[in-house]
Amino acid sequence: MAGRPEIKTLKNIAREIRIEILKMLTCAGSGHTGGSLSIVELLVGLYFYKFRCDPKRPLCHTRDIFILSKGHACPALYAVLAHMNFFDKKELCTLRKVGTRLQGHPQRGLPGVEISSGSLGQGLSIANGYALGARIDKDKKRIYCLMGDGELDEGQIWEAVLTGAHYKLDNVCGIVDYNKFQIDGKVEDTKALEPLKEKWEAFNWEVLEIDGHDLKEVMDAYDRAETIKGKPVVILAHTTKGKGVSFLENQNRYHGVAPTKEELDRALKELEGE
Amino acid sequence: MDRKPTRDGFGEGLVELGEKRKDIVVLSADLTDSTRAGWFKKKFPERFFSMGVSEQDMIGTAAGLALSGKRPFTCTFGVFAAGRAWDQIRVSIAYMNLNVIIVGTHGGISVGPDGPTHQAVEEITLMRVLPNMTVIAPCDAIEAKKATKLAASYNGPVYLRLGRSNVPIVTTQEDSFEIGKANLLRDGGDVTIIACGYEVYEALVAHEILKKEKISARVINLHTLKPVDRAVITKAAKETGAIVTAEEHTIIGGLGSLVSEVLTQEFPVPVEFIGVKDRFGESGSPEELFKVFELTAEDIVKAAKRVIRRKNK
Ligand SMILES: Cc1ncc(C[n+]2csc(CCOP(=O)(O)OP(=O)(O)O)c2C)c(N)n1
Ligand SMILES: [Mg+2]
Repeated sequence: MAGRPEIKTLKNIAREIRIEILKMLTCAGSGHTGGSLSIVELLVGLYFYKFRCDPKRPLCHTRDIFILSKGHACPALYAVLAHMNFFDKKELCTLRKVGTRLQGHPQRGLPGVEISSGSLGQGLSIANGYALGARIDKDKKRIYCLMGDGELDEGQIWEAVLTGAHYKLDNVCGIVDYNKFQIDGKVEDTKALEPLKEKWEAFNWEVLEIDGHDLKEVMDAYDRAETIKGKPVVILAHTTKGKGVSFLENQNRYHGVAPTKEELDRALKELEGE
Repeated sequence: MDRKPTRDGFGEGLVELGEKRKDIVVLSADLTDSTRAGWFKKKFPERFFSMGVSEQDMIGTAAGLALSGKRPFTCTFGVFAAGRAWDQIRVSIAYMNLNVIIVGTHGGISVGPDGPTHQAVEEITLMRVLPNMTVIAPCDAIEAKKATKLAASYNGPVYLRLGRSNVPIVTTQEDSFEIGKANLLRDGGDVTIIACGYEVYEALVAHEILKKEKISARVINLHTLKPVDRAVITKAAKETGAIVTAEEHTIIGGLGSLVSEVLTQEFPVPVEFIGVKDRFGESGSPEELFKVFELTAEDIVKAAKRVIRRKNK
C-alpha cells in the first residue's frame, strides 16, 4: 500500500465531490441531498486511500468490494466513481434521466457499482455472503458495507449482524453513517438507536467510533479495521446530514430534495470560496 | 405405484451436484432436515451455511455468495421464502439476475396438519411476477431431481416449488425434462388438462376415468410456470377447444391465470380452474384436504365435462 495521501489533497477531493453531487442533483431535479453529503469523507477516505480497485478493470478479481446499502446516497458514489474514472464525468448529468446507467438508486452494471440497492436493509447480508464466498476461495478481499442510521431500523440488518458475528467475518467492515436523521425526523424521535455502540458490541462486533468528517480519523479507522481478527468490525461514523453547505446542514427537509438552481449557486459559492 | 416426496428428489439431486461441483453452496433457515438440505450438509459441511430463522438475511447472503461466483441454493418453506423475503428476492436477487436457486418446500395444502401458516398456496404467483425469475413445480421426485440439477446450470434465479408429502412417481428416469418445455403425458382430442406439481397425478387419474366414459383427455405437465411453453398451450387449445387447469395453489395468478393469459392472446377457448379458490388452507390430512379443496381427479373430471359443454354451446 502506497503511503497515505495528504489530508489537504483529500479535503480538496471531498470538496470537488460535493460540488459534483450538488450539480448532479440540481440537474436531475430530485434525489437525496442530505445523506449524499454526509458520506463524502467516508467514501473519499476509502476510495482514495485504502480501497483496492482498478477503474479500467472494474471486475478484476483482486478488487475490494464496496456495497452501498443506503442506496439513496448514490450521487456521492457516482461522483467518486467518476472522479476515479470508472466512467466519464460527463455521464453524471444523466442522473435519473431516461436511458441512463445512473439510475435513481444504484443498479449493478454501472462500472464500480457492485450491487443494486435502494430497498433499505439488504446490503449487510450481501456483504456477508460475499465474505463467505471469498473465504471459501481463500481470497483476501475486504468487503465494505455502508449503511444509514435510519436504515438500522430494518430487522434484516440485525439478522445480518448475527450472521457476521456467527461466521466471524473479519473480512467485513460495516460503516454506519450516523447522521442522526431519517425521513420522519431525528433518529432518536423516530426510533431511538442508542446505546448503539453497545448494541453492536453485544452482538460481538468490534466497534470503532469516529468523526466521519475527519479524514485522518476515517483513514485510521479503515487501517485499524483491517487488523482486527476473528470478528467483524463496524465503524460508527458520527456525521452531519447535508455536511459542507451551511444552509443544508441538519436541515432534514433536504433528505430527499435536490437544491434549486438558486440554492445550487449559493452552495457553489460557499464550496468554491473555501 | 411408488411414492416419494418431491423434496426427497431435491435432496438427492443436491448431493449429486455437490459431488460434481465445488461451486454449489447451500443455505438453510433452520429447516435443514425438513427441506432435505441436511443431506448436503452431512456430506459437505464446509459448503453448508446455517442461517438461523432469518429468511431475509438468507436471501441476501445467497446474493453475496452468487456475486462471489458460487451457486447457492436457499432452503426453507415456500411461505417463508416467497412471502417473508419477497422484497429481498426482488431486489437482491431478481433485479441483479443472480444465479440463486430458491427452494420452497411445503408447497400446497398437502402440507397437511400444520395448517394455513405453513401451506404455501401463493408462491407461484408471487415469484412469477418478478422479472428474470424462472419458476418450476416438479410433479414427482424424479422430476424434482432433474429440475434441481438443471437449475444449477441455468442462467438467472430459479424458484423451485416442492412438496412435503409422498406423491406418486409418474415420470421415469428416461423421460425428457427441459426447463421451459411442457411435457405431453397423454394425448387426447376432446379436452386438455394442464397441471403442475401433485395435480399432474390427479390429472392422469382423471384421464383414465374420462376414457371409460369415452372422453379423450389430453394431459400436459406444465412443470415450468415461467417461462411458459406458449406453443404447447396454444396447440392444445386449437386441437381440443377446451381446457382444465389443475394446481395445488391459488388460481389467482397461478397456473390457471397464466394459461388464461396465453389463451386470451393466442386462441381463446373455455377454461375451467381446479385450484385453491381465494382462501387460505386449513389443517387436516392431505387426502381429506384434497376433497375439501376440490382438487381430486373426480373434481377434474367434473370440470372437464363442464368445459366440454361450454365448448359445444
Ligand atoms: C425498505 C425501505 N423502506 C423505505 C425506504 C424509503 N426511505 C428512503 S431513505 C429513508 C430514510 C433512511 O434513513 P437513513 O438510513 O438514516 O438515511 P440517511 O439519513 O443517510 O439519508 C427511507 C425511509 C426505502 N428506501 N427502503
Ligand atoms: Mg440518517
